[in-house]
Amino acid sequence: MQTILDWISAHNAIIYIVILMIFLGIEVISRVPSVLHTPLMSGANAIHGVVIIGAIIVMGRAESDNYIALILGFLAVILGTLNVVGGFVVTDRMLEMFKKKK
Amino acid sequence: MEISLLSIFYLVGSVTFIIGLKMLSHPETARKGNLIAAVGMALAIFGTIFLYKDGDKGLHNYAWIFAALAIGTLVGTIAAKKVKMTAMPEMVSLFNGMGGACAALISVIEFQHNFRFSDTPGWHTTIGISIGTLLTIFAGLIIGSISFAGSIIAWGKLNGSIKDFSFKGQQITNIILFLGILVVSGYLIAFLNFNNYYLFYVVLVAALVYGVLFVLPIGGADMPVVISLLNSFTGVAAACGGFLYNNQVMLTGGILVGAAGTLLTILMCKAMNRSLLNVLIGSFGGNAAGNTQQSIQGSFKEISLSDAAVCMAYANKVIIVPGYGLAVAQAQHVCHELEKLLEDKGVEVSYAIHPVAGRMPGHMNVLLAEADVNYDKLQEMEQANDQFKNTDVVLVLGANDVVNPAAKNDPASPIYGMPILEVELAKTVIVNKRSMKPGYAGIENALFFQPKTSMLFGDAKAALQKLVAEIKTV
Repeated sequence: MQTILDWISAHNAIIYIVILMIFLGIEVISRVPSVLHTPLMSGANAIHGVVIIGAIIVMGRAESDNYIALILGFLAVILGTLNVVGGFVVTDRMLEMFKKKK
Repeated sequence: MEISLLSIFYLVGSVTFIIGLKMLSHPETARKGNLIAAVGMALAIFGTIFLYKDGDKGLHNYAWIFAALAIGTLVGTIAAKKVKMTAMPEMVSLFNGMGGACAALISVIEFQHNFRFSDTPGWHTTIGISIGTLLTIFAGLIIGSISFAGSIIAWGKLNGSIKDFSFKGQQITNIILFLGILVVSGYLIAFLNFNNYYLFYVVLVAALVYGVLFVLPIGGADMPVVISLLNSFTGVAAACGGFLYNNQVMLTGGILVGAAGTLLTILMCKAMNRSLLNVLIGSFGGNAAGNTQQSIQGSFKEISLSDAAVCMAYANKVIIVPGYGLAVAQAQHVCHELEKLLEDKGVEVSYAIHPVAGRMPGHMNVLLAEADVNYDKLQEMEQANDQFKNTDVVLVLGANDVVNPAAKNDPASPIYGMPILEVELAKTVIVNKRSMKPGYAGIENALFFQPKTSMLFGDAKAALQKLVAEIKTV
């Protein structure tokens, strides 16, 4: 119990961020017209690709002889990059078509 | 110095994500919003590579990192540029799965890092791992794995390589499996030691299996909801990484997407007038074939191309209802051609878009936009429903469940209560389908047997091409 309480107080700022972001995420998306739902989902998909930062950190601090970590980290960075780059490019392609109309 | 610079990068990154999502909500600013979020992401990524400090050391293994970035960028760009507009939903699902896998791998490596193999006999833990750290490692592992496995199944289902599959007692199996994952994880978090560490990998495998079993029985018509849900799962998995590294930008981006994705999922369920729970455990696509719903018997009439052409060319007002059949046949361009041709003949043409037409909300809009269809011609469901009674001809192109009157008047129907496009109000309905086979929800459509409905069988693209040629001669 004590450890959990300690953990919460040590991560106070982060817990605030989580709660505020939950409300913000709901607020931001609630105004999106349904025609933009697919691009929006795709854009959101690209944004959660931010998980790549974790992969970079893991990769960058792995000991040079820890081959399991290196290989898995390498794979994680590739997958994360796919998520980010693919996500943004696909979203851009969708929105490009909307733009021609305006 | 570097660290404070990095936290500014992260702050800017977080703000661009919020602004980007906000700008994505307006057609005029959407593209810019996407770009802004991408710039913020690049800033956060390169900031991390060059400025991140682990203790007092910077990161190393740069060659590995840049090689992986290059491969990912190359493959990702090519895949995203090459994918057909019709295949967009499965592409999003696939990219989502990659993110989930990334989160799960991070958890695996962090687990190893904290509980590491040594060359000396036996095992040793470097430091006592805090419960909070273990909790986030497990959460990232489980959510990431479910999201990965589920997204891959959703991808396979949308491109048709994986069929709906369910077995007796599947729901019970799923519940037991999920509880099992939670219990074993809880046990490990509380009592991790040298003798039970291997259970971590059991949890990994169980979570992957759960992801597969979770999505397999859900009908294809519900895939958009599932993808949206898995999208928010991956967001939460990314946020777990944020907890693990005390990294604000991961946390912001992850939770933002987690919350937004959850809301989007609920909005989609609302469009189908069902609860999320009903979508997830109802799996009506899987068992509708075997339920007791009475099948509609009767005769339908076919219409010849020339009759259809005359009928449309001399109408005052035509509304086109596009569905997934149009997307599969890649018929959006010839559909636009038909629309222009009819307009030249003085016919008023518009499109009625059901919120869940196609395989994702907005999917039809994207497709029609690709074919240069004017934005103003696309009508949402409520608008269109007001106009059907003044409409001479409704042309249904490969749509089925979204125009099924059973949703309004047959309480036994699995789609009862779903708002539909009330095309039967129009004077004439022409339905283009490949065959009389039921739609994705696996149920019969009484609309096809109504006296005012005529069927025009054939692949949407081929049928439309012939129709266009036919109208030109009228």
